Amino acid sequence: MQIIQPHYHAIARTAQDYERMAMSGVVAVCEPAFWAGFDRRHPETFIDYFAQISEFEPTRAAEFGIRHYCWVAVNPKEAENKELTTEVLRQMPEFLEKPTCLGVGETGLHKSTPNEIESLQAHVEMAMKHDQLVLIHTPHLSDKAHGTKTVLEVLAGMDVNPDKIWIDHVEEQTIEPVLDAGYWAGMTLYPVTKCSPRRAVDILEKYPRERLLVNSSADWGPSDPFTLQESIVEFRRRGHSLQAAVEIYHNNPCRFLGQNPKWDIKPITISEE
Amino acid sequence: MLSPQKTLDTYYLEARRDLLEVAAVLDRYDEAVKRDGAKAENESKKVSLLEAMEILAQPEHPNANRAEQLLNHFAKIT
Repeated sequence: MQIIQPHYHAIARTAQDYERMAMSGVVAVCEPAFWAGFDRRHPETFIDYFAQISEFEPTRAAEFGIRHYCWVAVNPKEAENKELTTEVLRQMPEFLEKPTCLGVGETGLHKSTPNEIESLQAHVEMAMKHDQLVLIHTPHLSDKAHGTKTVLEVLAGMDVNPDKIWIDHVEEQTIEPVLDAGYWAGMTLYPVTKCSPRRAVDILEKYPRERLLVNSSADWGPSDPFTLQESIVEFRRRGHSLQAAVEIYHNNPCRFLGQNPKWDIKPITISEE
Repeated sequence: MLSPQKTLDTYYLEARRDLLEVAAVLDRYDEAVKRDGAKAENESKKVSLLEAMEILAQPEHPNANRAEQLLNHFAKIT
């Protein structure tokens, strides 16, 4: 089965991940800009990072026949530094022109501070101005419900196209308002702190699937790119067809990401089951 | 050996995850009942899980033997 990993932090992972993902059917990964585990102090560090994910990482993925795409943004944690955020935002349009850059992300909220909200607004404004997709991070654990509500309130006060916005890391307590507002919703499968492969399949069975994305967001912390495949196995084990799995794990990413013409992987149909 | 605080701090998130999985199993069952319009012919495994949580919810376990109690409890299900 062909699989798309819509949220994956490749620079934190080994080539062995790419090899094993390729062996398991992954044909493309998308790498949003994220937090490095420490707060970067210099705009230039971001510029080099954006160059790494837009220029170098595609070559590393290509060694294993995997397409690599990226997103650029100042992540919510570092958005507390207003001076840094302003300068990085000033230089971001250059990277939005890169042939594998799909949009602005992951922006969003961490502790939902005024500076984070200001940064989220600036990122979304930039994305809409440049007709870009947006990937929005929602907070972890006890901050999630409040942070997601705040994200939705911020977006409701802006002139945005919900078709172009993916709100990520939804769980049972946050998925409904995201879908009700017309946005795409992403489920991130983590070993401990986010959704699990089985709970994700419960959600897939409960809600309309047309705007749902599933990802591992594997990074440098406790995470695992193969939680995505675990959820596929769980989905199939419950009796759902191969085509139904392809719709979720391959075609939905194609439909959302394909709004950017740089994404040229098309939805597929399994001719025989 | 871990201190009491360190024990909670170390294992809280994993226990949270595991409880969420149990909650999801019960939700999954309820959704299946809604879809099929009927309960399972034999609900003893669901009852067993609920009883296990009652054991865990007791405020005092002077012998710190919850796992042993649950194993004995689950042994009743064949």
